[in-house]
Amino acid sequence: MLDRNYKEKMIESVLFSVSTLTVVILLLICLFLFRDGLLLFEDVPFSNFAAGRFWYPTSVNAQFGILPLFFGSLIVTAGAILFSVPLGIASAIYISEMANPRVADYLKPFVEILAGVPSVVYGFFGLVVLVPFVQQTFNLATGQTALTGSVMLGIMALPTIITISEDAISSVPASLKQGSLALGATRWQTIYKVTVPAALSGISAAVMLGMGRAIGETMTVMMVTGNTAVIPSFPGGLFDPVRTMTATIALEMGEVPQGSDHFHALFAVGSVLFILTFLINLVADSIKKKYRFKVD
Amino acid sequence: MANRFRTYAVLTLLVIGLVFAGIGCTGTENGEEGAPAEDAYGDAPAAEAQDIFIKGSDTVLPLAQAEAEEFMYANPEKTVTVTGGGSGVGIAAMIDGEVDIASASREMKDSEIENAEANGISPMEHTIAYDGISVVVNPKNPVSELTFDQLRGIYNGSISNWKDVGGEAGPIAVISRDSSSGTYEYFKEEVLLEDEYRPDALTQPTTGAIVSEVSQNPNAIGYIGVAYLDDSVKAVSLDSGDGFQYPSPENIISGAYPLSRPLFFYTNGEPEGLTKEFIDFVMSEEGQSLVLEVGYFPVK
Repeated sequence: MLDRNYKEKMIESVLFSVSTLTVVILLLICLFLFRDGLLLFEDVPFSNFAAGRFWYPTSVNAQFGILPLFFGSLIVTAGAILFSVPLGIASAIYISEMANPRVADYLKPFVEILAGVPSVVYGFFGLVVLVPFVQQTFNLATGQTALTGSVMLGIMALPTIITISEDAISSVPASLKQGSLALGATRWQTIYKVTVPAALSGISAAVMLGMGRAIGETMTVMMVTGNTAVIPSFPGGLFDPVRTMTATIALEMGEVPQGSDHFHALFAVGSVLFILTFLINLVADSIKKKYRFKVD
Repeated sequence: MANRFRTYAVLTLLVIGLVFAGIGCTGTENGEEGAPAEDAYGDAPAAEAQDIFIKGSDTVLPLAQAEAEEFMYANPEKTVTVTGGGSGVGIAAMIDGEVDIASASREMKDSEIENAEANGISPMEHTIAYDGISVVVNPKNPVSELTFDQLRGIYNGSISNWKDVGGEAGPIAVISRDSSSGTYEYFKEEVLLEDEYRPDALTQPTTGAIVSEVSQNPNAIGYIGVAYLDDSVKAVSLDSGDGFQYPSPENIISGAYPLSRPLFFYTNGEPEGLTKEFIDFVMSEEGQSLVLEVGYFPVK
């Protein structure tokens, strides 16, 4: 008996230390990122970084203003959300509420495959197909624009949004829908007025997670957005090239001399990105918890 | 029921075990292969090193790769591993002692030489070939000649319409490489002189991406190594004061074309062992004829 207890305890402690390890790793990443990022402010005033409008890291008078990169990420992500949320929620509603179960069984794995396509492949597709299309359609100087990036990121965020919203919609109790139908509401009224509002917390979480996916994506945006570090206007800036925070780090990390201001600036950009995605995930999590649908 | 679970559990553990065993095996193999390369810098005689690593310029990459393939074909027991990433990346790797040869499309900067010496590395330069940078536009673009002043204007932002340089009215989509590229710095030094790249220039992570954008976009202008020239883009003749010169082989070798430059291998001190063998091969008649095949121009 004692032996058995001992074994249980051992397994428990092994599992505990493994899960603690992930937290420790996260903390170490934070520490490393923030430490190198903060070193920038020894040479460059914080306001020049946080409110700087120019990113000229290799100039003689180097400028490390994060605003063009921050707004670049923002406009691409906003575009991606505008594109993918209606599409994603509509697909989720169709799959969980309307589709013949057989059709749904086919659709679901395909949506999941979409999540497994490597981002370079998306980027290549965007570069070869979407970029010339956007340029010709809107008659622009170049097709490498925020819009192109938004559409690609939207497609990449779709699986996250569809899968999680679909879960949320499916878990709305059948009694609610049956009640609504019994009162004479049509199927559409039931979906629109009962099912979707009841699943709203899950859907919002899906949107937030999709946003997190979009803001952190690197390869695809680097290949299709043109990487021009200029503050975009909104919404006209959708048709101009932009540069995101992620693409900046990926583009410039290769050449940067270790320990230089430029090096620390890239870490500072990374820290901002980290804090942003962390906040988005936190909000998604709290929405999910706080508004979880309760049936009495 | 319980029995079946047990069977599953055992099977799962077995599979996981096999996977880990497999990972373990490859790990050791890699370790064994990797070890002699490090010896090239260590105490072991360098002649025993059967593989060397080359890292650096994306411009030199196709050439280094072709040379390495030919060299390994002749010496099957020796391995030359070539990777790109940019001249700066390769030089940084050599300073850290990670690679045997750094390939570069520009000379080492003073700061890099200082860093190397601080690390106990004394860089030695070998010119292996000449390269030309061609300025390319879409084949539909009527512009086929640019002076250096016009080119500078286009890249520093003072010229933004094709009609200002003799083309049809239309915005110029200016394309540049990212700052990790040796070509980026070379172009900045030669063409922009004291100026900065215009802030709204498109920044592409690879030369391939520049070719792709220029071939699709009638408004685009970009710069690429001559080795990457193909029919999908049009090279422009340039004038730096001595008349317009087309990036033809003769003009690049003679230096008449203004944007021609040497390509380098950097080694730590006088090359030894396999490193020396490989560089000798590159400089041999056979090696230099490969230079032509790849699209660059031989030193000899």
